[in-house]
Order: sequence, then structure tokens, then C-alpha cells
Amino acid sequence: MSISRRELMAGAAALTGGLALPGSQAALAQAAPRGTLRVIPHAALTTLDPVATTGYIVRNHGYMVWDTLFAQDEQLAVKPQMASGVEVSADKLTYRITLRDGLAWHDDTEVTSADCVPSLVRWGQADGMGRRLFTYIDSVTTDGPKVIVIKLKRPYGLVLESIGKLSTNVPFMMPKRFAEKAVTDRLGADDMMGSGPFRWNKAEYRPGARVVYERNAKYVPRSEPASNASGGKVVHLDRVEWVNFPDPNTALNALVSGEVDYYEQVPADLLPIVSRAPGVKVANFNPLGNLGMGRFNSLVAPTNNPGVRRAIAKAINQSELLKVAIGNPEFYKTCASVYPCGTTFENTSGSDLVSKSSLDEARAMLRASGYNGEKIVLLATTDIPVQSAMAQYTADVLKRIGMNVDAQAMDWATVLQRRTSKNPVDQGGWNMFFTWWEGADLLDPVIQFALSGLGEQGAWVGWSKDDELEKLRTAYAESGSVAEQKAIAAQVQARAFEQSFSIYTGMFYVPTGFRENVSGILNAPPFFWNIKKS
Amino acid sequence: MLRLIATRVLSTIPVMGVVALIVFFMLRLSGDPAAILAGDTASSEQVEKIRVSLGLTKPLYEQFFGWVVQLLRFDLGTSLFTGLPVTTLIAQRIEPTAMLALTTIIFSVCVAVPMGVLAAWKSGGWIDRLVMVICVLGFSVPVFVMGYFLIFNFAITLRWFPVQGYTSPFVDFGRFLTQITLPTITLSFIYVALIARITRASVIEVLGEDYIRTARAKGQIEAKVLFRHALKNAAVPIVTVIGLGVALLIGGVVVTESVYNIPGLGRLVVDAITRRDYPIIQGLILFFALIYIVLNLIIDIIYTLVDPRIRY
Repeated sequence: MSISRRELMAGAAALTGGLALPGSQAALAQAAPRGTLRVIPHAALTTLDPVATTGYIVRNHGYMVWDTLFAQDEQLAVKPQMASGVEVSADKLTYRITLRDGLAWHDDTEVTSADCVPSLVRWGQADGMGRRLFTYIDSVTTDGPKVIVIKLKRPYGLVLESIGKLSTNVPFMMPKRFAEKAVTDRLGADDMMGSGPFRWNKAEYRPGARVVYERNAKYVPRSEPASNASGGKVVHLDRVEWVNFPDPNTALNALVSGEVDYYEQVPADLLPIVSRAPGVKVANFNPLGNLGMGRFNSLVAPTNNPGVRRAIAKAINQSELLKVAIGNPEFYKTCASVYPCGTTFENTSGSDLVSKSSLDEARAMLRASGYNGEKIVLLATTDIPVQSAMAQYTADVLKRIGMNVDAQAMDWATVLQRRTSKNPVDQGGWNMFFTWWEGADLLDPVIQFALSGLGEQGAWVGWSKDDELEKLRTAYAESGSVAEQKAIAAQVQARAFEQSFSIYTGMFYVPTGFRENVSGILNAPPFFWNIKKS
Repeated sequence: MLRLIATRVLSTIPVMGVVALIVFFMLRLSGDPAAILAGDTASSEQVEKIRVSLGLTKPLYEQFFGWVVQLLRFDLGTSLFTGLPVTTLIAQRIEPTAMLALTTIIFSVCVAVPMGVLAAWKSGGWIDRLVMVICVLGFSVPVFVMGYFLIFNFAITLRWFPVQGYTSPFVDFGRFLTQITLPTITLSFIYVALIARITRASVIEVLGEDYIRTARAKGQIEAKVLFRHALKNAAVPIVTVIGLGVALLIGGVVVTESVYNIPGLGRLVVDAITRRDYPIIQGLILFFALIYIVLNLIIDIIYTLVDPRIRY
């Protein structure tokens, strides 16, 4: 136990009401010790299995503890990570992936191909892109302790893109004993055994409050420079502490006073204060941005009518909606593509529906659709400001085009539950809700789960069913060249706008606030290798 | 006295039973956590699989009796999200809340009782009016406003105290004091107002009694009259309000813990409610109910100590 006279006086005097302490103006704020990065993450980490759960916070946790066979760099090219390389047979049916030397689990046992095979299989059951990949896979086996052999039934163009995907659910490699668990049998605090650049500190884990990672001194980074999730994961910190702050104002104050070093997502309304604070910098490290999305229930009236969905899409004005939801134009931009603007597959096919909004045209389209005043239930999230604003704006627009809107206010947890209902709206069903995705989850027709047309057989909630869309997605997955992929991606977009299973509401960015003695932050999701704290 | 304690302990059982019943069924009305666990991109089938794996598809009566059997083994269950036992989570979080409650009560009593006695002694004078102004402010200013006011002035501007956080006094007492000071003052404000007003009213009533006049006639000094004769005889309502205050603190800490980022029970229960983590919510509400019952018992016992006329 250590106590300084000043600390004792300050505490005791204040407890007895004597707050005026001459000479005690020296900062008593607890600055982080050297080598420890104190981070305010965007959410609390309560579930721990990054393969079984899709939350971004769990994905970020996954990148701390585990590693991947392949990973995407800043240009989104897939690069070997745990793998030293891959050999693809001439007929493109066999992939031989070799593990690089020096890989070890945190208990110092060697990483082998026998661990990686069940890891891939488990991920293939949980992830949409993984499930699609495994429909092409004939077998995944080992050839000695270092080689994983994937045999396909027929050629598939996205094998490495799938197992090297950047965002949820990421195919992290885990020790066999954990990888063999069922997906529903989620990993817990005792199972956080990876081969990643940080080790999990179970003793200091306080669910919902604090997570501590320590540098994995035995981690052997790649020799290439770090780039997004690929390259050398060199750790320059002893510890990284994620401290959850339920109150954004307190989080801001802690950053300004130097009690934390890194505030992952600074809310838009606090940016002016953070930007002016001495010793604090603000920057956007997520060039792919986030995309807002309204999702329709395609099973129940009136949104089972594509004409109604298109009319609503025509009524939404991205500029207005983003102004309402985000506010500062520096942090949003309109995007009339189903793919993030600025990425490979951005295109303009069918985009007039989104880029040229018009209430008059929307009213005419609504009349032509046969809409007859049926109630439309909008699940209006109240506890996530961006989603709340999107829902409120949309409810107003729908009223203005003559729809009978029932905007039901509820927290996000209730939305998540309500949206699984396939009942008609008068029996607890729903027609529409809003959410948002990181750009990395929407990059192409296959990775973007919202573009699935599998209906009740595997599409996202809303159960979008469209055979044509699925045919195009399959063609994309099996295509051989980028030019061919681009052409198909444009057709997918045109079909997606025609069907309008979802509304794309534009892009926005949530910048990171950090102390100016922190450097080396990557243009990537919040990864903590490469970061230095002086 | 022993009969009182025995009766109260026995009466705890049906009370806890009713609380358990209400909590269990009310929570089920609010929906289940499977969709939250599955995440944003989960399909309905995945959500259903999780629901089955959590036992949420079993009939409600079966789930309820399963939980009761667990309780009889003193097992509050396991968090659906973290996979950790609820008792472990409570053990991790109880210290910050208990410490905040303790410092708040000590600070409130030490400040409010003398304030109330002074106000009563100088009833109608400027001291009385000043105390009443403080009390009105204490009742009127929301806890979070007071928290932000103190943080801005004493943590951000003057930098006397840290903005947030909690350190155990058993780890670093100095740091504990600096971190707990502002939350304590924030949370105490309303209790100071409450206790000071009750103290003032009780002491004013007692100061009109014959035995006070007699004490003064005997030439006793005013401080002795006030604190030995008047305060002691005015103690019952003061003890009652202090006891109620401790019980109310359980609710009050939620906001203070959020404003000062203290990882206590208040935040645990709010987070659990947001996620529909049934075992944590059920366990904590039962735990809080037990605290209320124990506090009431302690207050009843204290009555007999401060007023020998009270017998059970």
C-alpha cells in the first residue's frame, strides 16, 4: 500500500468538506504507467467467443488473442499470416496451406495443422461466407503437422478471401480442444487460449468493466510491416487495458485528463470538445467507414411487396438522413452503391433509386404498388443515437408519403429479439428496422450478408428471397478475374436495388480520440500492435 | 431481542419466495437473450439453436423450479453471456458499491446531523436559512448534474482529483481516497439534505420539552443540552431516515457509478437488464431484497438501543 501525504490530505479534507487545499493543484489524476495503453472500447466485452458471436467488440478481442491463417492488408489484398504460403493445384481444386515456423499457443505448445482443421470447420458452421465456402469443400485434412489440405468439389474463387476475411466472423485459429466445441457451446473465460500477439489476463477480467491483455513475449511476428490485419504484429506495449465507460461524458473527461490514452469511438456531439482539448488528437482510422442500413421484413405485408419497398427507398434522402443522424458533414458522405464508396466494387447500376430521392415519385410508386393503407411497423431503436435518428427521420418521411406508420420505440436488445419474429404485424411482427455495418462487412456480394437471397433457408433477418440474386452471387463466387467480378457485382447491385430488401442510408465515420504521446495506430479496426506510447 | 431476530429471519423466507416469483416471471415477459447472444447477423435458426442450448424453450414452470432448486443449493446460477457464476460477478463488484455506500453514509451523517442540530438551535436565523437552502439544493439538483459539476471543477479544472475509476483501499488506500471523494460528495448531497431536515425537525420538537428547559435551568452548557439531551431524544426518526437512506443508496449508486465509472453492482444490474441476462438480474434482485430486509432488522435493533422504551 502506498499513500502520499498530498493524496491523503486531498482525500481526507474533501471527505470532511474542506475542499480548498492550497498547493494541491498538482495533477492527482492517475496517468497510465509507461507501457500500458488504457483504451475505451466502443462496447463492453461480455461474450468472448469471436467465432460464435458477431459483435465487433468480440472480433477486436479475437484479434488480440488469436491469429488467422491469412489476413487482408490496407488494399484489402489477402496475405499469408500464420501461413507461410499456399500452393494451389492447376485444376484449382486443392489448396495446400503451410504453417510458418515459430507459431505457438499461449501455453507454449506448438500450433499444428490438427488445430487449424477443426478451427476452420467450426468457423464454417458459424459464418455466412464460411457456410458458402464449405458447400464447395469436399474435405479439410492435414498432411503432417504443418500442412492443411483443402479439397474442393468444384473451383471456387473466394477460398483465400473467405479464410482471410477481415471482419466478423473471423476464422481465428484455436487449439483443437476448443475448436472442436459446438458453435452453440461458446468459449468462456477459461478458454481464451490463442497464438496471437497478446495474452488474455483472466485474473483481471471484469465482465462489462475491464479487460486486460498482456504482451505475448513469445509471439514471432512476420517480417513485413504491419498493414491492416496483415504483416508483422509487433507489440510495443506491456499491457493493453480496455476500460468500459457507460457514460460518454466521463469517457471524454478521462481522455482529456490523461487517465486513458485511446477513445475508440468519440461520439459526434463530443468531437468539438475533444478537438480543442490540449494533448489530445482526433483522427479517423477506418477508411472503409460505416454504412447505415434499413432492413425490410420481406415475409409480411406491406413490405412483402417490392413496389412498397422501392417506394420507401425512393423517399429516403441520404443527405437529410445523415444530417439528422450524424450532424457534422465532415463525418458522413452519401453513397449510392450497395458497396462502400471508394472500394473496388462501388458502381452506379440502379443507383438512381437512392441518389435521386423524391417524395412525389415515392407517392406515385406507392400508389402503383397497390399499397392500401396497411400498417407498417417500424422498430425504432432508442438507445443507439444513430439508429434512433434514422428511425425517427424515416417515420416522418413515411407519414409524408401517406403511409400508416407505427414507429415502436424500444431498446436495441428488444429490436434484436423482435426482429426474429416472422408473424404478421398485428401479432408482434415487424416491417422495418435500422442498423449499420462496418464497411469491411459489405465489400462484395458474398461477404455482404444483407445481399443474401436465400429467404428462410439462410438469409439475414427479413428473409430476403430471390433466386436471381443468389444466382448472381454464386456466379461472382465462381468467377475468375477482377473484371468479371466487377461486372457481376454491378448486376448484383442493380438487382438489389430492384428488389430493395434493404435501404442503404449512406456512409459515416466515427473518429478515434487519442493522447498525443500515442503513435503507430493502424488504418484498420482497433488493433493494438504497432502502437507506441512515449 | 432474540425472538425479534428469529421472527425476522423466518419471515425472510416467504418474502424472498415472493420476490423470486415476481422477478422470474416479470423477466420472462421482457423477452429472452438468445437474439442478443447470437448477434446482429445471426439467422433465426441460429437464434433458435441458442435458445434451445440455454434451456429457454422449456416450459416456464420447469425453468422456474430448476432455478428454485439451484437457489436452495445457494447457487445463483451462471451468467448467460460471460459464463461466470453470478456469485463470482457479485463478489467482483460488491466492494466498490459497499465502499461508496459506506463513505456516503459516514460523510452524510457527519455533515448532516450537526447541520440539522445547528439549524434547530438557531431556528429562524441565518444559519437555519442557509441549511434549508442547502437542503433544497440537495433535493433539487440531480445526482448526475452534481457529478458533472464536481468533475468539471475539481477534476478537470483544478485537477485535485481523478475523473473516474476505483481502486480498492486494500490495494492502495491513498488512491482509493482520491478516487472515492467526488463520488461520495455527489451521492451524499441528497442524503445530507434528507438527514439534516429530519434532524432539524426532530430537534426543534424536542427543544420545546420540559426536560430541556430543566437541563438549561441546571446550568448545563448549550452544546451538552443540544447533543446529549436533545439529539439523543430526537434520534428515532433520524435513525429511521438514515436506515431508509442506506436502502435508497442501492438505487442511487447506479447513476454515480456510471458518472464516475465505478465498476459496482449498480452497473452490473443495469448492464444485465440491457442484455436480458436473467441469472444476474434474478440473483441481484434477490440479493438486494435480502439487504433491504437485513437493514430493516438492523434499524429495529438500533431503535431499542437509542430508546429503551421500545421493546419487541
